Amino acid sequence: MTEPQPKKPGLAIWLPLALFAGFFVLVIWGLVRPADREVASAFIGKPLPQFNLEAATGDRPGLSTADFKAGKPKLLNVFASWCVPCAIESPQLAALAQSGVEIDGVAIRDRKDDVARFLATNGNPFARIGKDDMSEVQLGIGSSGVPETFVIDGKGVIRYQHIGEIRAEDMDLILRKLREAGQ
Amino acid sequence: MTGLAKRAAKKVSPGKLSNKSNMIFVLLGVLLMALGQPAIAQDLLPPAPYAYKQLEDPALEAKAQALMETLRCLKCQSQAISDSDAPMAGDMRHQVRTRIAAGEDPEAIRAWLIERYGDYVSYAPQNKPIMWPLFAAPLVILLLAALLLRGRFKRAGGKGVGE
Repeated sequence: MTEPQPKKPGLAIWLPLALFAGFFVLVIWGLVRPADREVASAFIGKPLPQFNLEAATGDRPGLSTADFKAGKPKLLNVFASWCVPCAIESPQLAALAQSGVEIDGVAIRDRKDDVARFLATNGNPFARIGKDDMSEVQLGIGSSGVPETFVIDGKGVIRYQHIGEIRAEDMDLILRKLREAGQ
Repeated sequence: MTGLAKRAAKKVSPGKLSNKSNMIFVLLGVLLMALGQPAIAQDLLPPAPYAYKQLEDPALEAKAQALMETLRCLKCQSQAISDSDAPMAGDMRHQVRTRIAAGEDPEAIRAWLIERYGDYVSYAPQNKPIMWPLFAAPLVILLLAALLLRGRFKRAGGKGVGE
């Protein structure tokens, strides 16, 4: 019995090593890549769901879907007094409110006293604040944390979602999205 | 309360533990320290009614449970909402249970969440064109293997059986 003449090894001999190298790079990349696990809302471009929240604090009215249909773009800020980064964005929110942007707040799982104390410390940029004790509105608009800020156009359609606190460098973007929503 | 703790702390100084009342203050101080709550960034509201309470009807609860095991907790993303103690997961369980109790179909609730958070919120794979390569891959590999082996079997068959 004679063995068949072995063919000369071609480039194919490197294939397993190349596959392994590719796999190795993939694993290393997965390990060192900064873990960005934010869940973006898939509800952009859709109208706000129906809700009617009671007031979260004594000196501001509550919030309902109808408040977003006045024809002017607004910001919907999802926040909570127990949320640390929410205090960081207060200067930016104050600046936005000062420049004439209406900001409506949704306080997630919060108590009236705590909201009042938070606003006394950090300032109150909100025109209205609704109290969302069971995260119903938060789930309804696809928000997965605090703080988040949504740009809502004059017809009550969600146009943009900003995840995390608004920093000074985000101001241009937010103002631009508000302008776009107003067109 | 702080006065007590201070007094207790003061009495811990070495060599002063001789009498009984001192010991009681020390124990009281330790107890107070153990009861102290750490400052955490978490809300203080009680959980939603159906976050930790099962539905009264076992059949409905089983339906809700099956769905909750396949929905991702958005705060702690490797867990299902049925596994998580995050307040938001509790609120999601409340949503699922109240909707199931109201007669909604589990798959409709899943679709409602996917509409808001994308496919990522569900652990159950969705039948979408993007999944087809995944299901096709084993077939393609089998076919490729058959093609590669065909040549070998032919040669071996031709010479093997002592013709």
